[in-house]
Amino acid sequence: MSGAASGVDKERARGFVASIPHSRDLGMDLVDIGPGWAHLSLPYHERLIGDPETGVLHGGVVTALLDTCGGAAVLSHPEAGLSTATIDLRIDYMRPAAPERELHARAECYRMTRYVAFVRAVAYTDSPDEPVAAAHGAFTVARAVE
Amino acid sequence: MTRRSVEPESIQRMEERRDEALARMAGGVPYVQHLGVAFERRGDELTARLAYDERLIGNPALPALHGGAIGAFLEITAIMELAWQGVWERMEAGGMALAEIEAGRFPAFPRTIDFTVDYLRSGLPRDSYARARVNRVGRRYASVHVEAWQENRARLFAQATGHFLMRQDGDV
Repeated sequence: MSGAASGVDKERARGFVASIPHSRDLGMDLVDIGPGWAHLSLPYHERLIGDPETGVLHGGVVTALLDTCGGAAVLSHPEAGLSTATIDLRIDYMRPAAPERELHARAECYRMTRYVAFVRAVAYTDSPDEPVAAAHGAFTVARAVE
Repeated sequence: MTRRSVEPESIQRMEERRDEALARMAGGVPYVQHLGVAFERRGDELTARLAYDERLIGNPALPALHGGAIGAFLEITAIMELAWQGVWERMEAGGMALAEIEAGRFPAFPRTIDFTVDYLRSGLPRDSYARARVNRVGRRYASVHVEAWQENRARLFAQATGHFLMRQDGDV
């Protein structure tokens, strides 16, 4: 399902990700977005290496991508609030990110409540079936004051 | 009679060696440098400092630091604390272990198994600090807790717990 067909303005969402200074600094890009889900990418760069011996990206880079992707999934949900912030994020590192490869993240907001949104996400390089990391998070839902 | 082991000069030299080893260890990781994390040492205690930069902003409207930058800062602090404890022990052991460190050959960094970040309040656009406490470390597994604050040490803005895989010499 493409973002455009689902009523979520992909170009607007892309502009939103690009407007976040830290996401821009890491080179993040929005690949696709739909109601309650998002797909982001991050190109490999030497300055993001965590282990100089292997050239593997730092875990913190994976965290940043999963966190941003989770937030985008929350904001794209049909019942989203005005803004969101991470309450907590747990990341399981399943294998090192292959050097020289673009990193991807897909996040899904699988439960939206009045004040809390629940998200699950994966990060991978070549295939989502071989994840680099899996994440679970809770996000705030800021509603307009009644 | 002078006791050589407590000569002020040799203590001074040991402190310099420790600072050199710490600077080399942190300076060798590109992302630690890119994010702008530096380490200060008091005896064996490390404090990490994330220097504020506009690049770290995640919400320009507030403004607030990016949750990803905060998570990365905490994870870096946890890994460096674990790695530093290993380096410290080797330097204390002296002999070959010390010579290896002096030659710039550090033990392999621990690998993150899982990491859970608790965002307590938004990070303001200013310098941040963090300290890690190793609650358990064995031959293979370690559990580490990290706390981060800005101006007030008692008012944490984020904390995290992580598990790490320790790598022994000869591990791939």
